[in-house]
Amino acid sequence: MQYTLLILVLPLLSFIVLGLVDSKWKPKVAGTIGTVVLGIITALSYFAAWEYFSMHRIAGVYEKIIPFNIEWLRFTDYLHINLGILLDPISVMMLVVITTVSFMVNIYSLGYMVNEKGFERYYAFLSLFTFSMLGLVVATNIFQMYIFWELVGVSSYLLIGFYYTKPSAVAAAKKAFIVTRFADLGFLIGILVLSFYTKTFDFGILTSGDTSVFASTVGASFMGISVMSWALGLIFIGGAGKSAMFPLQIWLPDAMEGPTPVSALIHAATMVVAGVFLVARLFPLYVVYSPEVLHGIAYVGAFTSLFAAIIACVQTDIKRVLAFSTISQIGFMMVGLGVSGNGGHEGVGYMASMFHLFTHAMFKALLFLGAGSVIHAVRSNEMSHMGGLRKYMPITNITFLIACLAIAGIPPFSGFFSKDEILSACYEFSPYMGATMTFIAGLTAFYMFRLYFNIFWGKEHKHQHTPHESPFAMALPLVFLATVTVLAGWIPFGHFVTSDRANYDIHLDFTVATISVLIAVCSITLAIIMYRKESKVPKRLATTFSGLHKAATNRFYIDEVYIFITKKIIFNNISLPLAWFDRHVIDATMNGMAGTTQWVSVKIKGFQSGQVQQYAYVFLLGTLIITALVLIF
Amino acid sequence: MDYSSFLQMREEFSLLAVMVFLLVYDIFAGEKGLKYFQPVALVLLTVHTVLNCMPRDAFEVAGGMYQYVPMQTYVKSILNIGTIIVLLQAHKFLNEDANRIKRGEFYFLTLSTLLGMYFMISSGNFLMFFIGLETASIPMATLVAFDKYNRKSAEAGAKYILSAVFASSISVFGMSLIYGSTGTLYFTDLATLITGTPLQIMAFVFFSVGLFFKISLVPFHLWTPDVYEGSQTNITSYLSVISKGAAVFVLFTLLIKVFGNLVTQWQPILYGLAVVSITVANVFAIRQQNLKRFLAFSSISQAGYILLAIISGSAMGMASLVYYVLVYMFSNLAAFGVLSVIENRTGKVQMSDYNGLYQTNPRLSFVMMLALFSLAGIPPFAGFFSKFFVFSAAAAQGYYVLVFIALLNTILSLYYYLLVIKAMFLNKSENPIENIKSDFPVRISLVVCTLGILLVGLFSTIYNQIAVLSFGM
Repeated sequence: MQYTLLILVLPLLSFIVLGLVDSKWKPKVAGTIGTVVLGIITALSYFAAWEYFSMHRIAGVYEKIIPFNIEWLRFTDYLHINLGILLDPISVMMLVVITTVSFMVNIYSLGYMVNEKGFERYYAFLSLFTFSMLGLVVATNIFQMYIFWELVGVSSYLLIGFYYTKPSAVAAAKKAFIVTRFADLGFLIGILVLSFYTKTFDFGILTSGDTSVFASTVGASFMGISVMSWALGLIFIGGAGKSAMFPLQIWLPDAMEGPTPVSALIHAATMVVAGVFLVARLFPLYVVYSPEVLHGIAYVGAFTSLFAAIIACVQTDIKRVLAFSTISQIGFMMVGLGVSGNGGHEGVGYMASMFHLFTHAMFKALLFLGAGSVIHAVRSNEMSHMGGLRKYMPITNITFLIACLAIAGIPPFSGFFSKDEILSACYEFSPYMGATMTFIAGLTAFYMFRLYFNIFWGKEHKHQHTPHESPFAMALPLVFLATVTVLAGWIPFGHFVTSDRANYDIHLDFTVATISVLIAVCSITLAIIMYRKESKVPKRLATTFSGLHKAATNRFYIDEVYIFITKKIIFNNISLPLAWFDRHVIDATMNGMAGTTQWVSVKIKGFQSGQVQQYAYVFLLGTLIITALVLIF
Repeated sequence: MDYSSFLQMREEFSLLAVMVFLLVYDIFAGEKGLKYFQPVALVLLTVHTVLNCMPRDAFEVAGGMYQYVPMQTYVKSILNIGTIIVLLQAHKFLNEDANRIKRGEFYFLTLSTLLGMYFMISSGNFLMFFIGLETASIPMATLVAFDKYNRKSAEAGAKYILSAVFASSISVFGMSLIYGSTGTLYFTDLATLITGTPLQIMAFVFFSVGLFFKISLVPFHLWTPDVYEGSQTNITSYLSVISKGAAVFVLFTLLIKVFGNLVTQWQPILYGLAVVSITVANVFAIRQQNLKRFLAFSSISQAGYILLAIISGSAMGMASLVYYVLVYMFSNLAAFGVLSVIENRTGKVQMSDYNGLYQTNPRLSFVMMLALFSLAGIPPFAGFFSKFFVFSAAAAQGYYVLVFIALLNTILSLYYYLLVIKAMFLNKSENPIENIKSDFPVRISLVVCTLGILLVGLFSTIYNQIAVLSFGM
């Protein structure tokens, strides 16, 4: 399967070409190139997935295949950084997800971004992002993953700040970069700790189940916690940063400043699930060497999920609602991984989490693209500027509704199946966890339909221009993704991706399913009552629970806490003294050095007189002095 | 005597053939044929480079006068590539009306020096070495004085030949002392015969200053800025890269092959020279306003860094040295390339002339910036990796203090490299250099150099390949 290398190389080439031509080509040409390249690699990924999953399993499990691997840097005999491609069920699945969504976003952007300045730049960045994300998922070793991880961060930064003339976009890009970078520090330290003890970066060796690799970690601990827990916990911090887990979620809502298709690609479907992917990739380590960290991940995921769902109920910017909904859904995936065991029925959480990742990518991309279509029509992100759009935008309306039903967990849409598996895994872990997650699922249904009705039903806002359906390039991805959302639930996912790569037949747990569907239906009914027609209920509720409402609207003041910590505590108590030290000690030393150097160079200027006699004299003198010195000493 | 073994000296014969062909071509071709002189010459040289780029097994010719080891192929290839780049950059200059008639000479002289370096590199005997050295030096002096009606060029030529002769004479005096104390001039015999008597130590120092002169280490460097400034820019770049690169390689091999027993003597010498060269050159470079003089001092300090590779005396040092020369060649030739384009067109070489260059010539400024970053050793450019390898070679032998001093100096050097970049990108100018459309050959050379700067560091196979052979030295 050597051709999988092309999946990485083509988007990189597309980035280089589009980046170099800048604005010399017509925007259309650049867009077409980017889209065609994406189309090719999407086809290649599908083909790779087909070929991979139609291979015979060996001893009941799918083999890991490394079609390409080169050594890039060697430190010791064991420790070396390679660049390669690793194909196993999750990476192949991710290839399909990333290329599909990216391809759709590329097509969509042909319509959405067409009048923007910097169209070529936009497509170049999209290609760069796709390249980095693909490199991340096929990494053969954790260091390669880290390299691409950072590249993903950079391209996300570039795309969020795409409208770089807008101060809020620049601020959001900076925030996203700094917060995730800060988390990546944990990731890096985790990698170093892990590789220090195991002497390898290679996923194949790390997850082979060979205990001799971890021999040196036995008994090693720091501050009462075993080194493996430290390493894996720190690595998770990196994942939490990218996947916007509490308390590192603050960057994601702001990242909505980027163009909407970018939000669909990066901040809904692909980059934000990198953290989930990371945990899944190292899952054999978590489950064997540090189950407590894994459970911690489950609790963090559950809390984040609840927290974000509550906030999503009161936001009025449609993209922010979707952003918080994304955080909440990623929380679901993390919970799925966290409550999972390894293999067979135990490992259902893992399978469910990956399944949810897959279905969520599709319907969340659909939601964002639908939101983009709405924004395109009314030129505003605010719910109050919408309402009653169903008459003007039938395609967007239907596809958006499908996605809402999917995320709410209504059968037979895809979200129902994957969420249901996560819920039943949660119930097996502990009833409380199951109940919490079911409650969150209910909240999800509520806020999604609040969003839906506010946009497409409710009181019609007076529009300056009559809203119209989006052009073909934007409608096509909507329809495609809606089709996938309808059908994806029927994929026998356990057949392809499981924690031990063996076959697992999904059974629907009917008790869990019935409860969750009932709750979802109740929530939707509630949303219908409150938001379908203009009603006073929401306002009354808001005044009754004014404290909670205000806190949720302000995202529970987490951003303010950050500002307080950074500005008041860190800047004043740490940065100021450091700045003083920097200015008066370090700079002064440097200036002193520079001054001395200048002074010396003035003094010895005469040395270089231009007289060749003197040169010869110095030459000879030098020779004699060296001789004398060597002979004496 | 079996002359067929001479045919094994493939590189030398192939270069000689090119030279002779070009000489004849230059004399007998008509006005029409001469139009194609440069393209033909460059193609021939490229063919020569490609044909001789694969290492062969080690062998000896003429009873050990000529000794070949595989590593030499790499060094010669690097020199070939560098020469081609320099000739590409000189293309425009040689097409000027005043110089067209001297084109053949230029090529012949340049290639003669290259041939001399070949012999120097592959020599197995001090006589052979000396002949190589002089073959490389004397045509060099004529090249320096190439523009002979220009007062500065003539002065530079005179200074160069006087200094070179002076250095050679001391060097040859050293050789005679070696012969006097051991009775032989063959490297292989000397390895055991040199035992470290005071006479031999003196002989060693006298001999090696000839090479120090070529590498232009402090205090044997005084000729460098004047000569660099006076000669035509393309010749300066040749002098600073090719001539220097050959000399450092030869110095390393001689120190290991011949003076291995004097290791306790030569390590402190190199130590001192490295510190003095890097520091003094940096201090002088800061004050330079003329960019050619500036690069002259920069190249002296770069030579000091190379000494760190030599001082380690290890296989790793050898690998890092060859790698350093390769990277230094790309970086320095890129810088000189830009310099020569601008000087040929406008005659401007002062740093203040470069103010606001970015506004009018973004591409040239960009290449210059990359070159300077690489020279300063900023990652991810190749210069960072070459410095890294050189430093780690020295550190592996325990020269931590030396590495620390060198590191401090890289910070210092960053300052003056950035001065140029600041001038190009930040400073404003009333009348900046006008937009220059460089001709095709120069563009090729700059693209090659830029690619070298960007890629050589990232492809680890290059270093590994060099490292594999360095164990055979």
